[in-house]
Amino acid sequence: MTIYGLGLLAACFLAGQLIGEVLGRLIGIDANVGGVGFAMILLILANDKLQRKDLMPAATQQGILFWSALYIPVIVAMSATQNVVGAFSGGLMAVVAGTIPTAAMFFLIPVLSRMRQPKEKKS
Amino acid sequence: MSTWLETFFVQNGLIVAFLTVAVIMLVASFISRHLTKKKIPDSAVAIVLGLILAYVGGKISSGNKGIADVSIFSGFGLMGGAMFRDFAVVSTAMGASFDEIRKSGLIGLLSLFIGVAGTFAVGAGLAVAFGYTDAKSITTIAAGACTFIVGPITGAAIGAESHIIAISIAAGVVKSILVTIATPALARSIGLNNSQAAMAYGGLMGTTSGVAAGLAATDPKLVPYGAMTATFYTGLGCLLCPSVLYYLVTLATR
Repeated sequence: MTIYGLGLLAACFLAGQLIGEVLGRLIGIDANVGGVGFAMILLILANDKLQRKDLMPAATQQGILFWSALYIPVIVAMSATQNVVGAFSGGLMAVVAGTIPTAAMFFLIPVLSRMRQPKEKKS
Repeated sequence: MSTWLETFFVQNGLIVAFLTVAVIMLVASFISRHLTKKKIPDSAVAIVLGLILAYVGGKISSGNKGIADVSIFSGFGLMGGAMFRDFAVVSTAMGASFDEIRKSGLIGLLSLFIGVAGTFAVGAGLAVAFGYTDAKSITTIAAGACTFIVGPITGAAIGAESHIIAISIAAGVVKSILVTIATPALARSIGLNNSQAAMAYGGLMGTTSGVAAGLAATDPKLVPYGAMTATFYTGLGCLLCPSVLYYLVTLATR
């Protein structure tokens, strides 16, 4: 049943977010630390386990796949609720502080993704 | 608009948002196919259309939630809010491989520390260049260069002035928009085409909304890997900026 898949996704989401909240509290900051990441790991593991036991029929998977198909539309809705006017009204300091450090980090992506290369010779 | 009609749309706000986004996607796919000959993916066009809508909404309402501040489009606040966004992001993990994540977990972790510290350092340097001399302002602006959540949390923790906190939020929003737009354009030249690179990218950029939108427009298959590391960035930033990094700034400005 589709709702089982949705329920599984909801369970992983809540458990992961809860871990993130507790972790944030434990280290004493007012933020969720890695909640989405923990939820994703839980979902990957649960999905793997259930598929092995043949407990993930197509209908159940559908409850999760529906949401991943809606991912881009949700992101479009999110873009439409960003404070774009505010971003430009913070003045030059805000624009410079938002762009230059980010541009610097962009150049580090190839450096970091090349670091794994020696290990991956088989391809 | 007559009030009963407005009330009708507000009461069905989330559904209005569904329909509006569907229309945006349709328009975006048309623009992508016919005006850019598929050179710019339709999701990238749709996200830019969303940002334009956010600008228009912000101008009309002078609020800070983009189009969601226009009453009939208030459903955008729910559809594009953190709950739906995170739920959809988590669902993409169905297509992710745990082995890939484990294989490049260390690089992901490294990218997080480099991402927070590097962004902070460059941000702090720029704040100094702009004439800020007190440690609180420098730290808050540099934290805002990380994400628009790290900035205000850091500023509040160390007691920065409110207009400095406003600058830090604006810097974070500028970053998130920049990452959204620049990622699909630069993806090829920085080798952003595999799960490892996506994890490094998520850790270096960190802005969950920018990473999520940027990767969605680049290659949806990479989304779970980038989102996985990016989700730890804000937490790490909130941990390091008001503590260790602030301390280093006070030493440097003394």
